[in-house]
Amino acid sequence: MEEEVMIPAWKKWFEGVGDQVAFFFKFFKNIFVGGFEWSEFVRQCFEIGYRSLMLVGITSFIMGVVLILQLRPTLVAFGAASMLPKTLSVSFIREIGPVIIAIICAGKIASSIGAELGSMKVTEQLDAMEVSGANPTQYLVVTRIIATTIMVPILSIFGDAIGLFGGFLALNIRDSISFQLYFTKVIAALDFTDFIPALVKTIFFGFAIGFVGCYKGFTSNKGTESVGIAANSAVVTASLWIFVIDAIAVQVTSLLFYK
Amino acid sequence: MEADKTKNGQKHTATDKRETVICVSGLKKSFGTKKVLKDINLDLRKGENIVILGRSGTGKSVTIQCIVGMLKPTEGSVKVFGREVSELSDDELKEMRMKIGFLFQSGALYDSMTVRENLEFPLTRVLKLTDQAEIDKKVEDALESVGLLDAIDKLPSDLSGGMRKRAGLARTIIVNPEIMLYDEPTTGLDPITSREISDLILNIQKKLKTSSIIITHDMECARIASDRVVIMDDGKYIAEGTFDELHKSKNEIVKSYFLDIS
Repeated sequence: MEEEVMIPAWKKWFEGVGDQVAFFFKFFKNIFVGGFEWSEFVRQCFEIGYRSLMLVGITSFIMGVVLILQLRPTLVAFGAASMLPKTLSVSFIREIGPVIIAIICAGKIASSIGAELGSMKVTEQLDAMEVSGANPTQYLVVTRIIATTIMVPILSIFGDAIGLFGGFLALNIRDSISFQLYFTKVIAALDFTDFIPALVKTIFFGFAIGFVGCYKGFTSNKGTESVGIAANSAVVTASLWIFVIDAIAVQVTSLLFYK
Repeated sequence: MEADKTKNGQKHTATDKRETVICVSGLKKSFGTKKVLKDINLDLRKGENIVILGRSGTGKSVTIQCIVGMLKPTEGSVKVFGREVSELSDDELKEMRMKIGFLFQSGALYDSMTVRENLEFPLTRVLKLTDQAEIDKKVEDALESVGLLDAIDKLPSDLSGGMRKRAGLARTIIVNPEIMLYDEPTTGLDPITSREISDLILNIQKKLKTSSIIITHDMECARIASDRVVIMDDGKYIAEGTFDELHKSKNEIVKSYFLDIS
C-alpha cells in the first residue's frame, strides 16, 4: 500500500497564497485579452445589483432605525438631542453603512458566486468550456469580479440613503423633526472626506467579494460537498477581507484627512 | 485479420497507411504518490473509432484528459496532429482544442443557458461567428442531426439524461471537430437510448469523418461504434484488436469483458 505524503500546513498556506496571486494575475490579464463579455457582464450586474436591492434596503433601514433608537437616550442625557442627525450621518456614511452592506453582500453575493462556479466545476461545465477552446476566466471570472466591484459601491450608496431615511422615521417616533430639516442637518454634517474614502473602500470591498467568490468556486474540489464548502468558505474569507480592508482604509484615511 | 506490432506495442493492420492524429507513447501519470497511468501506448488513425474498455479507476478518463491538455503527463509523450501537447503555448493549445470535441459523461451543458444558447456559445466564443442567421442555421442543423430540434429553447434542467447527452453531443459537433473524445457516452442511460447514442457516434464518424476515442463500459456501444478496441487494466495497456478478435481472446482479463456476449 502506498503511503500518503503529508504536506505541512504552512506549506499548504503558502501554496494557497501563491494560487490566489496567480488567479489575480490571470483575472487581470483576461480583462485586456480578447473581447469583453458585455452581455454576461450586464446580466451579472442585474443579478448582483438589482437582486440585492431589497435585502440591502431592508437591512440598512433597520440599521438606521436601531442606531437612532440606541443613540437617542445617551444624547438626550447630555442635552445633545439635536446632534442625532449629525451623529447618525457621520457614523453611517463613514463606517457602519459600507461595512454592514459589504458584509450583507459577502453573505449573498460571494456565497452565490462560490456555489454557482463550484457546481459548474462539479458538473464538468468549467472543463467543458475550457476544452472547447473558450475562455472560462474571461466569461465567468472577469464579468463577475468587475460587476461586484461596480455594484457594491452602488448598493452602498443606496443603503446609506435608505439607512438615513430609517433614522428620520425613528427620530419622529419620539421627537418631531421635518424631513427638510433632518436632511439639511445630515448633509451639513458631511464632508467629502467622509463620503469619498467610504466610497473608495466599498470599491475594494466589491472587488474582494467577487474575487473570493470566483476563486473559491474555481478551486473547489470535484465532489458535491465541495459546492457547500466553496460557498461557506467564500462568505467567511470575503467577510474577513472586508474587515482587513476596512482596518487599512481607516488608517490610510486618518493619515490623509484627520491629522 | 493480419496485424503487426508498432514501436508502441500496438497492433495495426499492415495495410493501414492512414495518418496518425493522436499518438500516445509511454504515458505515465501520478497524483501525489498514486500512480494512475503506468504505461499507456495508443495510436489513433484518421477516420478511426477506438473504444477504450477498462474497469472504473483504471485511468481511462485521465488518458483522454492528458490528450486534450487538461492534465500534464508525469512521463511519456502525447502528440496530437504531430505536436507534443505539453509543449504547446496557451494559444496553440486553444487552437488544438478547437479541432477536438470532448463529450463529457454528464453532457456538461451550461445550466444557466437554454439548449440554443449552449450551442451558440462555441460558435460565438470559439469560432467568433457574428452573423445571427448563420449561427441559427448551424444550431438548428446540429440539433436536427441528434434529433433534438424540439428542445431548442429548453433549459438543461428540463431535459432527460439521454437528451442532455444528445444536446452535449450537438454542442460538441457544431464546430466540426476532427477528433472526438467521448467519456462514457452511454453511462446511466437505458439500453434503447444507449443504442441511439452509439448509432449517433457512428453516424458522426461517417458524416463528419471524425477520428474518435470512446471510453465506455458498455459492450454494445463498443460493438457498434468501434473499429478497434483497447483494453486497459490498472493503468496499463493490456490488449488491443477488433471487437471480434478480442471476443475470441484467451487472455483471462480480456475474456472477463466478453462474458455476457454471445
